[in-house]
Amino acid sequence: MSEDVWADSDTTPDAIEAALRGLLRERHAADVAIAPARVLNLIVIVDRSWKGEIANRLERVGRYHASRTILCAVEEGRDTLDAVAVMSYAESPGSELTVAHERVEIDIGPEHLARLDTIVDPVLVSDLQTMLWVPHGHHGVADILMPMLDVILLDSEDEEELGAGLERAAGCVPTVYVVDLAWLRTTPWRERLAASFDPPDRRVALEELEAITIRHKPSSRASAALLVGWLASRLRWNGERPKIELTAVEQDAPGLAGVTVSWCDGCSLSLDRDRGGLRARELGPGGEERVWKVLGASRGEGGILGEGVRQALLRDPTYGPALDAAREFCA
Amino acid sequence: MSTTVEDLHLTDENPLVEGLERLPVRPTVLVIFGATGDLAHRKLLPALYNLAHEGALPERFELVGIARRGQSDDDFRQDARESIERFSRRKPDPDVLSGLLGDARYISGTFDDDNAYGQLDRTLHELDEKAGHRLNRVFYMSTAPEFFPVIVAKLGGAGLDECQDAATRVVIEKPFGYDLDSARRLNAEVLDVFDESQVFRIDHYLGKETVQNLMALRFSNALFEPVWNRNFVDYVQITAAEDLGIEGRAGYYDHAGALRDLVQNHMLQLLSLLTMEPPSSFDANRVRDEKVKVLEAIVPPEVGGKTVPGYLEEEGIPSDSRTETYAALRLHVSNWRWSGVPFYLRTGKRLTRRVTEIVVTLKPVPHVAFQTHGSIGIQPNQVILTVQPDEGVSVSLGAKIPGPTMRIRPVHMEFHYGTSFVSESPEAYERLILDAMRGDATLFTRNDEIEALWGIVDPILTAWQQDTSSPIPQYPSGSAGPEEAGALLEGSRRWRRL
Repeated sequence: MSEDVWADSDTTPDAIEAALRGLLRERHAADVAIAPARVLNLIVIVDRSWKGEIANRLERVGRYHASRTILCAVEEGRDTLDAVAVMSYAESPGSELTVAHERVEIDIGPEHLARLDTIVDPVLVSDLQTMLWVPHGHHGVADILMPMLDVILLDSEDEEELGAGLERAAGCVPTVYVVDLAWLRTTPWRERLAASFDPPDRRVALEELEAITIRHKPSSRASAALLVGWLASRLRWNGERPKIELTAVEQDAPGLAGVTVSWCDGCSLSLDRDRGGLRARELGPGGEERVWKVLGASRGEGGILGEGVRQALLRDPTYGPALDAAREFCA
Repeated sequence: MSTTVEDLHLTDENPLVEGLERLPVRPTVLVIFGATGDLAHRKLLPALYNLAHEGALPERFELVGIARRGQSDDDFRQDARESIERFSRRKPDPDVLSGLLGDARYISGTFDDDNAYGQLDRTLHELDEKAGHRLNRVFYMSTAPEFFPVIVAKLGGAGLDECQDAATRVVIEKPFGYDLDSARRLNAEVLDVFDESQVFRIDHYLGKETVQNLMALRFSNALFEPVWNRNFVDYVQITAAEDLGIEGRAGYYDHAGALRDLVQNHMLQLLSLLTMEPPSSFDANRVRDEKVKVLEAIVPPEVGGKTVPGYLEEEGIPSDSRTETYAALRLHVSNWRWSGVPFYLRTGKRLTRRVTEIVVTLKPVPHVAFQTHGSIGIQPNQVILTVQPDEGVSVSLGAKIPGPTMRIRPVHMEFHYGTSFVSESPEAYERLILDAMRGDATLFTRNDEIEALWGIVDPILTAWQQDTSSPIPQYPSGSAGPEEAGALLEGSRRWRRL
């Protein structure tokens, strides 16, 4: 990738916006095949000390980059704005279209947070979906930026208290669309459970579930609760529900480690994280056992964040009901 | 303990699929006939790997290859592994790759060998046993077309055309037939064994995101529909130009020619998607009903066909070959919507550049109130749909040239898919293999559709076959095609510059 860079100290939002236009104009004059991506604005608010780590995470999202990323780093004692604007693109050897992405890093002071909208708004690309990600504290800025937001990216696993993470997500749901990384970590499990119970003769077992055990990394209780919430909302459990157990197990990757669903006559299906996919183990009514591999590569945390960016442009109608049911389960 | 579940109608629908992007696919065994061939190694196996990587394959998936070459299961797995490593659009994860190929089976035999089908039957039962239930069966014919009827008949003879408690489907590669008669014969032979609902005639072009976007553009935007008819459209040009030659495919290409290679399938598919009426739903048969209606309304065209200097010098081409490497057609769709609107199609090898596009030219405005001297003047609006290489939509508009007088020139309003979506398009074969395993035939060609497609080009093929003496117009390699192609366009119309 090649980059065109502009930087300035003690600058203004207008100057940053003008610089972005200038970078595009200059690059387009040099190469007419350059076109700026116009999909999504991503606003990220972090403490200055986390800026490098977050920038690295954003680098690892794979192909799902926001079109324009605005990373605001809050630095104690700062009262001016310093900014760097970067336009990155692949060199185009011929006339093939080349898509350019823009990244703006703005160093701000704590007192800027109260009027962050006036700093960020001029730098946004108009008419695009705009997503906010506040990975470490500063959650109050969401209220300030709310009028310009379409989506909030959060991770309900971030809060130490299980209920707090889910409550924070629930607080956002009425106002903006929420993309929850904890929910996205459950996607392969939801897909596999849906597939396992898809054949009509197996589907009827959903009416006879007796127990569900979800194994998860100790810090990923929210993902486990959301999977319970998903089953509860999709299967419309009213009051009575199967026995549910959440079990913490040690593993490196955040998220779930396994799930076992049991139904009548001693039947059960277990899915457990394994190399190259999930290990499936099924017990039949006579105790007969079948084991096989369900294929799928791990997306890693970089892939999960990239998926979060992609999900900003989609709408999953099942998250809200699953979140409500998860909160009820945790209450 | 039983759960309390309200009105789930579990036998009708799966309540867990709502909101999932990846819909469940029933446990399946995929049998590839011609598993050692080029298509299998360059396209099918890499597509299967990418589906496995994304977790999109069925929870239980088995792979069986059949081909003439004598080799072991392990040889097949090793060859498949090497092909996937070489041709996959992403670097394979070794664990996923091993999981995909670890128990892949290979059956050696000719396609007319009863023993091979007996062995296939035993293998399928063995895989069912392993799974503990019947697996759906998809037979993928990635062979030379002359083997399609042979394989179909043998599958029927071996009782493999249906399976209790599981679906059986057959995917047939293109070309489906060599002309209208052979397509009809092949349809009859296939439908003698399989029900139409089991048959998936593949044209990978329909699996391209760009082609599906044509339907999205037409049927999700109110902007275009009011002008998408004979009242506003003056004419349409569809171009599928290639800058390359036949790239070592002499055996196939000299037998096929431009008309069979691109017009009969890809270009007419584009034409049908461009001109069909809106389907009442995106259901496979509703979409294909509309495509067939419009294809049947196309009047067989006037004849035209050209060859390229240099073609005869390509390796493997007979010196007396009359195979066309360029074809240009003028078609008319005889229905209420399109009556009187000419559709110009052209395709060729070794042209100026590679581009596939559709250009819809609207009629001129009825009265020009502005001065035109000193400017290009007011040009008819054009909607340009680029399928490849840079997929997008461009609309030409008249705009005032800055200055004291009211002079107008065309400008373009551009939209590039590449700048507007964060996701990368999957390979067409990934989508189509998954659709075939799910039983969704929307992007496959139905029996009456394939015959309607052949019915359009058949008169040209017949005319060319009968005329073996007329001189064939020539065009230099790297040009826009033969000058004679311009004669198809009436009045002041011109082919759009490549």
